[in-house]
Amino acid sequence: MSGADVGLALSVLAACAVEAVEALTIVLAVGSTRSWRSALSGAGAALLVLAVVTAALGPAVTALPLGVLRVVVGGLLLVFGLQWLRKAILRASGLKALHDEAAAFEAEQAAARGATGVPAEGLDAYSFTVAFKGVLLEGLEVVFIVLTFGANQHNIPLAAAAAAVAVLGVGLAGVAAHAPLARVPENTLKFGVGVMLTSFGIFWGGEGAGAHWPGGDAALLAIVPATLVCALGMVRALRRGGTGRTAVRA
Amino acid sequence: MISRVRSVAAFVWDFVVGDDWRTAVGVAAALGVTAIVAEAGGVAWWIMPVAAVGLLAASLWRAAG
Repeated sequence: MSGADVGLALSVLAACAVEAVEALTIVLAVGSTRSWRSALSGAGAALLVLAVVTAALGPAVTALPLGVLRVVVGGLLLVFGLQWLRKAILRASGLKALHDEAAAFEAEQAAARGATGVPAEGLDAYSFTVAFKGVLLEGLEVVFIVLTFGANQHNIPLAAAAAAVAVLGVGLAGVAAHAPLARVPENTLKFGVGVMLTSFGIFWGGEGAGAHWPGGDAALLAIVPATLVCALGMVRALRRGGTGRTAVRA
Repeated sequence: MISRVRSVAAFVWDFVVGDDWRTAVGVAAALGVTAIVAEAGGVAWWIMPVAAVGLLAASLWRAAG
């Protein structure tokens, strides 16, 4: 396994773990408040849709010429990575509230209690829909990351396996804890994923546009730490200049 | 039907572009400049890292007010 493969597997694993934790919170909240059967059915249906989307888009993405694939996917990955990194830096610098899984769980439970009553028999439409939408929306980000990383590295199976390990691990942890996984260092993971997405986006985007990296693939060994150092520097600069600033909603 | 298409388009826009459209435009511009410089035979590898750092800093600057 090459260094890029290790980077691919770790990035997908971390990104999927973060998204799976958020989806798990939603399913747990509606399941424990209203109907486990309906919430799990909604989550299962969403996983099925995600599998179909991956199976349909995977071959289409890999069929693109490598140059086109790298410039398009590299660009998208960079836009996506910069979004993740921006949020993570704002959170780390105190300008945006940290994501709190316990608070999200309570808010979701309160909304579930406030909704119309649970039907005596059959599926509860509220639980099904909320779980379906939650898993689908969080899962689409995972599909995007799996396809972009996997296609560029010619290793969609490795990306899909890393995603499956993350989802399975989070699912089992959720079943064992029977509570939202508030102890998962979600904000730190998001920071790391943002750094990896941005770094791979810079590398593949540049290469796809025709640039030749000094050292070839080994350039990633410089790009990833350089991106991390820049991001940490921005956190520090925002913290120093943060006095008197109000929290942002971005 | 039209409202559904609109909501799908809004979802795709939000999913890909996110909170700051200027960053997406900047990334597209940086890719274009890289392609032009590389095509002309110049050294182009430095453009994407510099653009990424600049775009991130500018986006944070706007968000922090």
